[in-house]
Amino acid sequence: MADTAVKTHREPLFHVVKRDDMPWWKAWAIRAATIVIAFFIVGLLSAAVTEKSFGETYSVMFSGVFGRLFEGRTTMLWKYLQEIAILLCLALALTPAFKMKFWNCGAEGQALMGGLAPIVCMIELGPKLPYPVLIAVIAITSIIAGAIWGVIPAIFKAWFNTNETLFTLMMNYIATQIIAYYVYLKGGGSNVINPVEYGNFPAVGNNNYFINIVVVAVITVIMYIYLKYSKQGYEISVVGESQNTARYIGINVKKVIIRTMVISGALCGVTGMLLVAGTDHSININSVGGQGFTAILMSWLGQFNPFIMVIMTALVVFLRIGVSKVADTALLNSSFSEIMVGLVILLLVGCEFFINYSIKFKHSKKEARV
Amino acid sequence: MIIQFICRAILLGVPLLYGSTGEIVTEKSGHLNLGIPGIMYVGAISGVVGSFIYENSCGNDIANMNPFLAVIIPLLCAIAGATLMGLLYSFLTVTLHANQNVTGLALTTLGIGLGNFLGASLINITKSELPSIALTKTSSFFSAKLPFADDLGWFGELFFSHDFLTYLAIVIALAVSFVLNRTRVGLNLRSVGENPATADAAGINVIKYRYLATCIGSAIAGLGGLQYVMAYASGVWSNNAFGDRGWMAIALVIFALWKPSMAIVGSFVFGALCNANNYIQGLGTETQELFKMLPYVVTIIVLIITSMRKKREHQPPANLGLNYFREER
Repeated sequence: MADTAVKTHREPLFHVVKRDDMPWWKAWAIRAATIVIAFFIVGLLSAAVTEKSFGETYSVMFSGVFGRLFEGRTTMLWKYLQEIAILLCLALALTPAFKMKFWNCGAEGQALMGGLAPIVCMIELGPKLPYPVLIAVIAITSIIAGAIWGVIPAIFKAWFNTNETLFTLMMNYIATQIIAYYVYLKGGGSNVINPVEYGNFPAVGNNNYFINIVVVAVITVIMYIYLKYSKQGYEISVVGESQNTARYIGINVKKVIIRTMVISGALCGVTGMLLVAGTDHSININSVGGQGFTAILMSWLGQFNPFIMVIMTALVVFLRIGVSKVADTALLNSSFSEIMVGLVILLLVGCEFFINYSIKFKHSKKEARV
Repeated sequence: MIIQFICRAILLGVPLLYGSTGEIVTEKSGHLNLGIPGIMYVGAISGVVGSFIYENSCGNDIANMNPFLAVIIPLLCAIAGATLMGLLYSFLTVTLHANQNVTGLALTTLGIGLGNFLGASLINITKSELPSIALTKTSSFFSAKLPFADDLGWFGELFFSHDFLTYLAIVIALAVSFVLNRTRVGLNLRSVGENPATADAAGINVIKYRYLATCIGSAIAGLGGLQYVMAYASGVWSNNAFGDRGWMAIALVIFALWKPSMAIVGSFVFGALCNANNYIQGLGTETQELFKMLPYVVTIIVLIITSMRKKREHQPPANLGLNYFREER
C-alpha cells in the first residue's frame, strides 16, 4: 500500500505558469524570431515543392511582390499597397468590435453590402447625376449599407445576447446571395457585370489606387486615436474587459455595443466602396474573396493596435502574392499560398504562448522537499 | 417527384450531419472549433488521395479492385487527415492556450488551401483536360445500394437506396447522442464543457477529455467531406466544389440545440432548404439565387428564438470558447 501512495505523488516533469511581466521588447523579439522562422519554413517548403533552390524561391517571391521596382517601375508596388490597404481597412473595421469582445465574423458580408450600394448607384444614377454628387451619394449609401448589415446582429446581441459569431457568419451568406441575385439581374443572365464607367474614383498621377491607399492611411490614424484617446474608445475597452464593471460605472452597455457595431459595419462598407468604386468598377460574389476572415486574424495578430496591424497585413499580403508567384512559376496551384499563410498565422498564434506563459521544469528532489 | 426531392435532401444533408455531429462533440468539451470547414476539406482530399493511390496501384481496372480495400483505404485516410488537423487545433488551444476563434479560422484557411493545392496537384498528375479528378470506380463501391432496394418501390427508394455512409452518419449521430446523455463518459465530457474547474476538482482529466473530444469530432467531420466527394459528387473532386458546407454544419449545431439526434432531422431540413430552389416551378435564375439564402435565414431565426426563450436546456455549453488554465481560478 505504501508503494502506491508514493507513486501517486509523482510530480509532473514541468508545469506552466502564467506571467504578465515580460518587457515589451522581449515579447516583440519572440514575435520577430517567430516571423523569421516562419519565413524560413515557407522558403524551405516552397523550395521543396517547386524543386527550386532556396535562394531562388525568395528572389521569385520578391520579384512577384515588387516587380521591377529597382528599374523604376512602380506598378507592382502600387498593387501591393492597394492589397494591403483593402485587407487593412477590413482589419481596422473589425478592431473596435473585437476589443469589445464582439466576434464580428461578418466583415465579408458587410463589405459586400457596402459594395452593392455603389454599384447600384453607378448603374442606376450614374448617367443622371453630376460626378461630385454621384461620388457623395456612393459614399453615403455604402457607409449606411455596411452599417445596417453590421448593426442587425448587434441589436440582437444587446437585447437577447444572441450568439454574434454565428449570426454575423450567416449574414455573410445572405449578402452573397443578394449579390448573386443582383449580378444575374444586371449581368443579363451571366455572373459578371461589365465594369461601369460612371462614379469611378479618379486616378491621381496615373495611379488608380492612390485614393484608396490615402483613405485607408487616414482611417488607420483616426482609428488609433479613437481607440486610445477618445472616451468612446475607453468605453469599448471597459465593456470588453467586463460588462458588469461597465454597468457599475454607468456605461450604457447596449448603446456601446450598437454604436461600436455601426462603426465596424460602416468601415466594412467603406472597404466595399473602395473595392467597387475605387478598384473593380464592378462586383461579383468573390469581390471580397474571403479577406473578411483573414482580416479577423490580422486584427488579432495586430494586438488591436492599428500600426502593428499595418505590419502584419503587409507581411501576410507579401506572402499571399509572393508565394502565389512562386507556385505559378512552377506551374502549381496558387492555393499553395493559402497553406503558407495559414501556417504562418498558426505559428504566430502559437508563439503567444511563450509570451504569456513560462514553463517551470521540475525542481531537483532536495529543493522540492524544502 | 416528392420521393426524389426527399432523397436528394438526405444526400445533401449527410455531409452537414457529419460536420455538425463532430462539432457537437467538440463543443460539448467547451471548444468552439471554427476550423471544421477546413477539416472537412482535409478529410475529403485525404480520402481522394488514398483512393487515387489505390486505384492506380490496381492499374485503374475495376476488376482488380478489392471492394473492402477500396472502401476502407479512403475511409481511414479521411479519418487520419481530419484527426491530424484536430490534433493541431487541440495542441494550440488546449496546450498552448491560443485563442480558439483565431486558431480555428487559421486552420480553415490552411485546410481549404491544402485541399485545393493537393487537388490541383492530382489533376496535374493525371494530365486531365477537365479541372477535376474522377474516382468513379471507388465511388461505385461507396454508393452501392442495398440489393433489395429496387424491389420495394417508393418505400425502398426512401429508406434503403442510400449509400452506406448515409446510414453510418445516422448511426454515429445516434451513438454520440447515447454516449453524451446516457454514459459516464458523456456526463464527464459535458461537465468539462460546462465548468472545467469543477470537473477538474472532481478528478476528471480535463486536458484528456478536450483533446479526445476535438480529435474524435474532427474525425467524424472529416467523414462528411469524404461522403460529399464519394457519394454526392460520384467520386469527382474539383477545387472549391465543397463550398461553405462546413460553415453550414456549424450553423446546424445551433439549429439542433447541441443535440445530435436533432441534428439528423436538422440536416435533412437543411438539405431540403438548399435544394428547394430546384423544385419550385417557374423560378428564374436570379430568383433561384435568392432562394439559396433560405437555410441561412432559417438558422438566424432559430438563433434568435433560442436566445430569446433562454431555456436552460437549449443553451450552449457554459464554457464554450474559453480555454482552461488550471492556475487561473
